[in-house]
Amino acid sequence: MTIMAPRKFGDSSDGVVGGRQTRFEGDLKVTGAAKYALEHPVENLAHGVLVPSTIPAGRVVSVDMQAALASPGVLLVLTPEDDFGMRVATDWGGNRPDEPYYPLSREVRYNGEPVAAVIAESREQAVAAAKLIRVTYEEAPHVASLDDPNAGEGNLLEHLSASWGDAEAAYAAAPVKVEAEYKTPREYHVAMEPHGLTAKWDGDQLTVWEPSQWSHGMARSYAEWFGLPFENVHLISPFIGGGFGSKGAALAHGAVAAFAARKLGRPVKLALTRPQNFTGYGGRAATRQTIKLGATQDGVLQAIVHRGASETSTYGVWPEQTGAATPIMYKVENLSSEHRVVPVNTVTPGALRGPGKNPSAFGIETAMDELAAQLGMDPLELRLKNYADRDYQSGKPWSTRRLREAMTEGAEAFGWSKRNHAPRSMRDGRTLIGWGMACGTFPVIQAPSEAMIRILGNGRVEVVSGAIDMGQGTYTILAQTAAEIFGVPVDQVEVHLGDSRMPGSAIAGGSMLAGSILGAVHKAASAARDELIGLALSEPSSPLRDTGANTLTFSGGRVSVGGEGPSLTLPELMQSLGRDVLEIRRNTLPDGASMEDQHQAWTTMAKVEGPTMGEYSMHSWCAHFAEVRVDEDFGTVRLSRMVSAFDCGRLYNPRMVESQWRGGIIMGIGQALLEEGLVDMRNGRTVNNNVADYLVPTNADVPDIQVISVGVPDYNASALGGKGVGEVGIVGVAPAIANAVFHATGKRVRELPVTLEKLI
Amino acid sequence: MKDFSYLRAASAEEASRAAQQAGAMLLAGGTTLLDLAKCGVTEPDTVVDITRLAGLDTINVGEGGLTIGALATMSAVADHPEVKTQFPAIAQSLSLAASAQLRNMATIGGNLLQRTRCAYFRDPQAFPACNKRAPGSGCSALGGVTRNHAVLGTSEKCIATYPGDLAVALVAFDAVVDLGTRQVPVDDFFLPYGEAPERETLLQPGEIIRGITVPASVAARQSVYLKVRDRQSYEFAAASAAVGLELEADGRTVSDIHVALGGVATKPWRALAVEQALIGKALDADLVRSASRLSMEGAVSHGDNAYKIELAPRVVARAILQLAPSLGDLA
Repeated sequence: MTIMAPRKFGDSSDGVVGGRQTRFEGDLKVTGAAKYALEHPVENLAHGVLVPSTIPAGRVVSVDMQAALASPGVLLVLTPEDDFGMRVATDWGGNRPDEPYYPLSREVRYNGEPVAAVIAESREQAVAAAKLIRVTYEEAPHVASLDDPNAGEGNLLEHLSASWGDAEAAYAAAPVKVEAEYKTPREYHVAMEPHGLTAKWDGDQLTVWEPSQWSHGMARSYAEWFGLPFENVHLISPFIGGGFGSKGAALAHGAVAAFAARKLGRPVKLALTRPQNFTGYGGRAATRQTIKLGATQDGVLQAIVHRGASETSTYGVWPEQTGAATPIMYKVENLSSEHRVVPVNTVTPGALRGPGKNPSAFGIETAMDELAAQLGMDPLELRLKNYADRDYQSGKPWSTRRLREAMTEGAEAFGWSKRNHAPRSMRDGRTLIGWGMACGTFPVIQAPSEAMIRILGNGRVEVVSGAIDMGQGTYTILAQTAAEIFGVPVDQVEVHLGDSRMPGSAIAGGSMLAGSILGAVHKAASAARDELIGLALSEPSSPLRDTGANTLTFSGGRVSVGGEGPSLTLPELMQSLGRDVLEIRRNTLPDGASMEDQHQAWTTMAKVEGPTMGEYSMHSWCAHFAEVRVDEDFGTVRLSRMVSAFDCGRLYNPRMVESQWRGGIIMGIGQALLEEGLVDMRNGRTVNNNVADYLVPTNADVPDIQVISVGVPDYNASALGGKGVGEVGIVGVAPAIANAVFHATGKRVRELPVTLEKLI
Repeated sequence: MKDFSYLRAASAEEASRAAQQAGAMLLAGGTTLLDLAKCGVTEPDTVVDITRLAGLDTINVGEGGLTIGALATMSAVADHPEVKTQFPAIAQSLSLAASAQLRNMATIGGNLLQRTRCAYFRDPQAFPACNKRAPGSGCSALGGVTRNHAVLGTSEKCIATYPGDLAVALVAFDAVVDLGTRQVPVDDFFLPYGEAPERETLLQPGEIIRGITVPASVAARQSVYLKVRDRQSYEFAAASAAVGLELEADGRTVSDIHVALGGVATKPWRALAVEQALIGKALDADLVRSASRLSMEGAVSHGDNAYKIELAPRVVARAILQLAPSLGDLA
């Protein structure tokens, strides 16, 4: 889809990287003109629905589908009996077992696992027929959740362990000790747009309209499932109605729809119901962790001992790493951290905003608050006192770490210095008021990416990439980047995104997209400009040839020699060169990367670079300051004020970034106060699997949120100096709020969410 | 969703006739009907649309009290200037319910008939046992996740909470439901669960709620609806209280008091014991708090919902104290 810049708003600085250009696709979205995947019109559609299991463990003995097949409009019923002829696709870790793939499983591993599907002429007919399917199960014993007495201690993941010094001995010797257990529940993405797709075959060419955080990665899965060349799959995702980590992988329902479409010879649309969205892709795993902090009497950390666990499924390992932030937050000479995964009968948990770092920060940042309370010390002072001057885990220096500035500037804006550190020291009638703070972090991750720049005869500049805009502003910042390089207004730039047939890109996840794709766009656009300069100075038809200059300036919509003498607009230059189009494609892989390397780079995580793979340790940082009002009688907690300061390096578009930060903070409010998947222990079902019962914040729950940037460009972290912004916003919000609740009430809640029954 | 036929009734009589047919359901705002149809709890064969019936959407506040037509929307009543001044608890119960979009669609008659949010009631595929849906099949909520379930009025058959707010205020102020051929006190309109939780009201097939009347009183004019919940808006009550209070000239002695609870019981719950403990008494904060505890007489916890037994009396007490400003800043 072509996105054009709105021609209103903004100021002269908008068309450059770092300007506050308004959202490119904003007009389309607010007017409803933006077409989301499930809205894409396709003729002759059939409609599919899934039949989820209602037991947590066991096997499907038989599926009685006679009544469903006889139901009006039914075209096809699929069950585990069907030979899908599909093969398992490569997982995120790059592994590809040589096994058949059954998107409808005979083995039931969790309550809600799809065990049958009905395809009919209309969705209503499919839904009605699906209710007539009778599945006979042979039930097996199950483990409902991390809290199940039969869950056990789980399996230690040694590659996630961290250890230096002698943490247990240092803890034992420390004069001041804190030891506590912290727990977080299952949490869910709850994107407004449900999972779903339309799949259409033309011969052996498959087109998929599906919301995606990664067009190339998901296209690869479809290709591998069906044994097709990658090029035969065309996945289209110009817009996403919320991803938050849930839409980065092709899932069973996609396989069912694509298979059914091929079998029926007509396109199939399949959308998950709201309850099915709770099992279509796993939410954040429930976690528990024990933290022991040892310190001197004046608050110098001596030891951190961390033991954590998260639930995973019985068929996959997803570590919601409770020790992800613990080792890098503070200066400490003795640390030991271990994380285990506990298999239970759930869908394999998945990536949800700030994976690992998020529950990890809840543990360490609450424990630090407990230590401060025990010492009678300002929690801010305690953190500054133990400020990590380097990464004690990797031993590497920070590339940039302006967490100190985040803490001090956030504190200044919040008015933290006026805080009486005694709990229950502020009240307004029956309302207790509390101030709390916590820090957060998220690593800088990068992946190779590719982009194409096209300059048209009419002077328009096109940016083309398979990268995804899921609301974070990819369209906008790519246009700004190109506009800056060609010295043209933003509205002269068009951006094409969200298509697996466009150049490959990093996933819109792990906060890695902006830094990765901007590098590619910047490189391609610079190369295109150089090419134009070369042509303008060498082609006989070019009026600039005789200037004798060795380079040209692109500024104010004109091409000239340093702004002096003759100048041409881009269309005039293209016309003089006799060119209708100039097209340049560049990627950020090392020169000479093979086609296979390129394919691997765009479609797997194999070439993703972590935060300490170079000579520095690279992370985004933040400090949150929260004010809560707690009704003393009712235990209800309302957030009344929030100030958050961030070090995310250079901001490519502060308006977009601030919006993402606020979005992360709002999600954090939900995590702190509302969100919890309630599991029925008898059958492992999440019973509040809808948006009326699984609560996320409403506007009324969201107070004024002030966000502050304290970052400086970090050119180790990315080509243009930015660090990730998408995930760090949520990390540390829950402990800041829970710490504020402690300050208000004197009650320490160590288990999220902080609901009223924990306070009355 | 199952196919159904649709009939737009031209008169209340036609609607009533059509609604007597097996499998027929009335459609007004549709906010509950559509929701329950989507989760497979209600599967009507015929939907009888009564939204075009004339004269059923009026709101009148007169000397005798308040009369509301069954088809008046929640938002129209909530925003009605005289309802806000003469029956504040009723206006507040509506404006604190649901979301703005739902309040614009949902009708007063339909609101009374709102079904429970019990997760087990709403998930027939995974939880076939539900005495409300399938009498005699059992109760899946017992032994399950019960954080939002009732502590009052429950039976061995069902512990589902009545979810609404308006009916709590109506019960407090002795409202009467107009069924056309008979007038029924709203407290009688809602049936105790006992042995038959599938029967929630005494509506007979074909009977249509025409409207509601609420007698005028000083207590109704000096009333409040206090709703406590995890989320600031768009959520059902963890516990709520509708309270009306009339004091003697001394500003302390109770001459009339009305108390009802929501979010904690299987039906809108009049707390007569609290009223009786306070009537004729000179109020003080301790008395109010101890009397409010009487609202939980007979309460039974099911584990997760034990907090309601502690919370609800506090809500009642706060509501009463809010209406007695002469007691000072106790609320």
